[in-house]
Amino acid sequence: MDADGAAVIEARDLDLVFETADGPVQALKGVSLSIGRGEFVSFIGPSGCGKTTFLRVIAALEEPTGGTITVNGVSPDEARRARAYGYVFQAAGLYPWRTIAGNVKLPLEIMGYPAAEREERVRKVLELVELSGFGNKYPWQLSGGMQQRASIARALAFDADILLMDEPFGALDEIVRDHLNEQLLSLWRRTGKTIGFVTHSIPEAVYLSTKIVVMSPRPGRITDVIESPLPAERPLDIRDTPEFLEVAHRVREGLRAGHAYDE
Amino acid sequence: MRRVLPVLVVTLAIVVIWYVAAVWLNSAWVIDQAARAGREPSFMDILRGTMNQDRPLLPPPHQVLAELWELTVEKRITSKRSLVYHGLVTLQATMLGFVVGAILGVALAIGIVHSRTMDLSVMPWAIISQTVPIVAIAPMIIVLSNAVGIEGRTVPKTIISAYLSYFPVLVSMVKGLRSPEREQLDLLKTYNASRWQTFVKLRLPASMPYFFASMKVAVAASLVGAIVGELPTGAIEGLGARMLIGSQFGEPMIMWTALFAAAILAALLVVAVGIVQALAARAMGQVAR
Ligand SMILES: Nc1ncnc2c1ncn2[C@@H]1O[C@H](COP(=O)(O)OP(=O)(O)OP(=O)(O)O)[C@@H](O)[C@H]1O
Ligand SMILES: [Mg+2]
Repeated sequence: MDADGAAVIEARDLDLVFETADGPVQALKGVSLSIGRGEFVSFIGPSGCGKTTFLRVIAALEEPTGGTITVNGVSPDEARRARAYGYVFQAAGLYPWRTIAGNVKLPLEIMGYPAAEREERVRKVLELVELSGFGNKYPWQLSGGMQQRASIARALAFDADILLMDEPFGALDEIVRDHLNEQLLSLWRRTGKTIGFVTHSIPEAVYLSTKIVVMSPRPGRITDVIESPLPAERPLDIRDTPEFLEVAHRVREGLRAGHAYDE
Repeated sequence: MRRVLPVLVVTLAIVVIWYVAAVWLNSAWVIDQAARAGREPSFMDILRGTMNQDRPLLPPPHQVLAELWELTVEKRITSKRSLVYHGLVTLQATMLGFVVGAILGVALAIGIVHSRTMDLSVMPWAIISQTVPIVAIAPMIIVLSNAVGIEGRTVPKTIISAYLSYFPVLVSMVKGLRSPEREQLDLLKTYNASRWQTFVKLRLPASMPYFFASMKVAVAASLVGAIVGELPTGAIEGLGARMLIGSQFGEPMIMWTALFAAAILAALLVVAVGIVQALAARAMGQVAR
């Protein structure tokens, strides 16, 4: 199924019900998914189908009310304690009182890396996201796209083998987004991390992923899992090939089916 | 210039109203004096007679300023009439109360944010503490501190001053320490950060704007507290004592100059806090607005 067959994330029949003032909300229902090491998995689906919730369950930020999930063979919370996650939230969420370098350094300070190694890692990771030379700037001095790259750098600064990204490029224009997609893909190839990526864009999902998970709302569940036939090497114009369009078509069909259920 | 103009206009308006009020309030005495001498005063007589009385009901601005100049710049600081001397006495209690109040406010806020028990138990009492009128408990604090053998007024004044200033700090800091959004806290959770790290790296820096906003209120409240502590009978030092002496002995000039000295002191303290705030904001990468 995947490169070396080892499942990093294994979810079985996950349920999650939020108790709210207006009664229970079933955010996840019977979600089963296996994600192998080094896979790039995209989650796509209409608003409220539980994409964010599922990512949060993986990262132990949310407790499922039913089913089981293991990460690296242990519970998500144990994996969290072992610092297995780099989480990129929808908003860049940089600390305004820290410089870009200071922000990237934050996880390293908390995890107790020695000072010299911190500097070295910050330098490397800023280079990786093409922000060398901006380390001394404050977040407000950077564009939205640069801030988002800084927040990705922050998640890459330490050696988490799972990168979870919740609509990291949602607020950016098409051109910047294309560029960041290319960068992310090459970064993923170089680092071999396992990536979970939430998006609303079909082309983005198809372009980036080895596996596309289509979800539908009320209750949030998985309606289709598509293994991408596209090669690992993906220039931007792969998006005009028949293979690409075929996958995109299938994703669209899956989304539509979810919607039909909704009406 | 565009920012100065409105301030100037307002200041000018206040000065004009003040002069009109001074003429009006002080004219009774002039008319009275003239009547005793069996004369009918002209408007110019009244105007002249209201500008420089020894015991005016309301001294006009220039008279207050002249007196203020004399009592601050020209008097020796060691003189018992020097407002610099009395101002320093009040300032000392203000600063002590301010520091104690700020530390208390921040400490309680930290406890409230980290402990649900403290949140439920301390906050109601803090609010109740501020509903008790300070003028009612100030004399009690002074009497009690004397009863336990504390000499002088510095300690009770500090307590009263801190009593007034801790509250705005407490309320602001609780809000400030709780200001980080869920995602910011979640981010630290994915790093497996400890409570202490979350506090130092996130909650504390995030609370700084709230902290400084409360400092301005707190420093003014501290000054009020110090002055209130000087009001109950027996005090002979400090701006509050001067105000009381002025009103008790029918010396309005003493009262008014002390009042103005207190206002000027308050303005200086707020400006000082503002400067520290601007420096801190710059150190934290923010542009001062
Ligand atoms: N903390 C919470 N308390 C109560 N209900 C919640 C909570 N978080 C999410 N929900 C509900 O769970 C459902 C799934 O939410 P979730 O945020 O996972 O959707 P999503 O797929 O990420 O949507 P979007 O594309 O808009 O980000 C929604 O109906 C939402 O209202
Ligand atoms: Mg979401």
